[in-house]
Amino acid sequence: MECVFGMVGKGFALVVADTSAVNSILVHKSNEDKIMVLDSHKLMGASGEAGDRAQFTEYVQKNVSLYQFRNGIPLTTKAAANFMRGELATALRKNPYMVNIVLAGYDKETGPSLYFIDYIATLHKVDKAAFGYGSYFSLAMMDRHYRPDMTVDEAIHLADQCIEEIRSRLVVAPQNFVIKIVDKDGAREHSWRRTTKD
Amino acid sequence: MARYDRAITVFSPDGHLFQVEYALEAVRKGNAAVGVRGTDTIVLGVEKKSTVKLQDSRSVRKIVNLDDHIALACAGLKADARVLINKARIECQSHRLTVEDPVTVEYITRYIAGLQQKYTQSGGVRPFGLSTLIVGFDPYTGIPALYQTDPSGTFSAWKANATGRNSNSMREFLEKNYKETSGQETIKLAIRALLEVVESGGKNIEVAVMTKEGLRQLEEAEIDAVVAEIEAEKAAAEAAKKGPAKET
Repeated sequence: MECVFGMVGKGFALVVADTSAVNSILVHKSNEDKIMVLDSHKLMGASGEAGDRAQFTEYVQKNVSLYQFRNGIPLTTKAAANFMRGELATALRKNPYMVNIVLAGYDKETGPSLYFIDYIATLHKVDKAAFGYGSYFSLAMMDRHYRPDMTVDEAIHLADQCIEEIRSRLVVAPQNFVIKIVDKDGAREHSWRRTTKD
Repeated sequence: MARYDRAITVFSPDGHLFQVEYALEAVRKGNAAVGVRGTDTIVLGVEKKSTVKLQDSRSVRKIVNLDDHIALACAGLKADARVLINKARIECQSHRLTVEDPVTVEYITRYIAGLQQKYTQSGGVRPFGLSTLIVGFDPYTGIPALYQTDPSGTFSAWKANATGRNSNSMREFLEKNYKETSGQETIKLAIRALLEVVESGGKNIEVAVMTKEGLRQLEEAEIDAVVAEIEAEKAAAEAAKKGPAKET
């Protein structure tokens, strides 16, 4: 019942993810951070098999760092997205990674961007994206209320509406959510939405 | 194909590895490089040839980052350096991936030295023709470290060291003048050592400073300012020597 969604606003991009780590009917923990900070200006929200998620996201992050040391400049968001898609595609017919990713980034030249990358290596550049059962509700809410060039407050309000919808309509809704934002000042955690303390 | 398996580095009758010693010769012909360890700063300085007027100097970075907290300068064959640096950078990230911790300076030095040694004991390859100066802060204890490796694959830690052209003169100078320094004093000591063998001027030396915050390459203007300070101190010392003699 993992929920990850994101959207692009005016000069920033937002990624929201639930923070539950679940095995069958047991909740291991409800403060698992699934949005990895790839580098100073990139966020990667990942959902799916926990082991694959950790393995793949850490691998991508280290390769992004390596690129930066080798070339003296960071990867663009588009390049990082395509690198990820390539890795997923290569592994797909042998040993697929069961991870779905929402990649948000800010580049000085092109501004904020959001990429939808699913486990069978689909890559789409989008304004809003969502994965999991929660996507039925968050995508519908975003389709109804999303406008291009929203302010941070408006986007957070929309994210809250999505979380509210997920909480009320999804049969086993996650307890807590984390919101992370990336803009010209970098990628950072914005806030949490908790119903339980961990 | 079997012909290329024969080792290039073989023992001589009196126990020398000539290929390794020739590699050390290549290092001795390379540009001068110096490293000085302070209490909170480590400085790397490298000689820059000023004869290349049309070259874009930004594309020739002689002091490089291996990771956020580790930097390397070298003397010798620069193309060999590129290969070693690339492998070291991969190892830094690989270490972070497998154990979720950054490398220590000693670990990455041991890795680079191990690579250099491998090429003295393999078929059909020659040793790397460079010595490296590796600096960094231990990510856990915050203690600064300076290490040197050479083509034979040996490595050791130093308070200050020099390699490349005229390294003996620089090392003598450092042995005479080394003391525990910090911040700007460490930078001055490193540049003073380099100036022993390099023509004066900011455009002939490249200096980088490693602090806990990371690696910072000094601008030409900054280097010129320190050089001017050093020259002024030298002139004052000369004048003081001559002064008392005139009075008699």
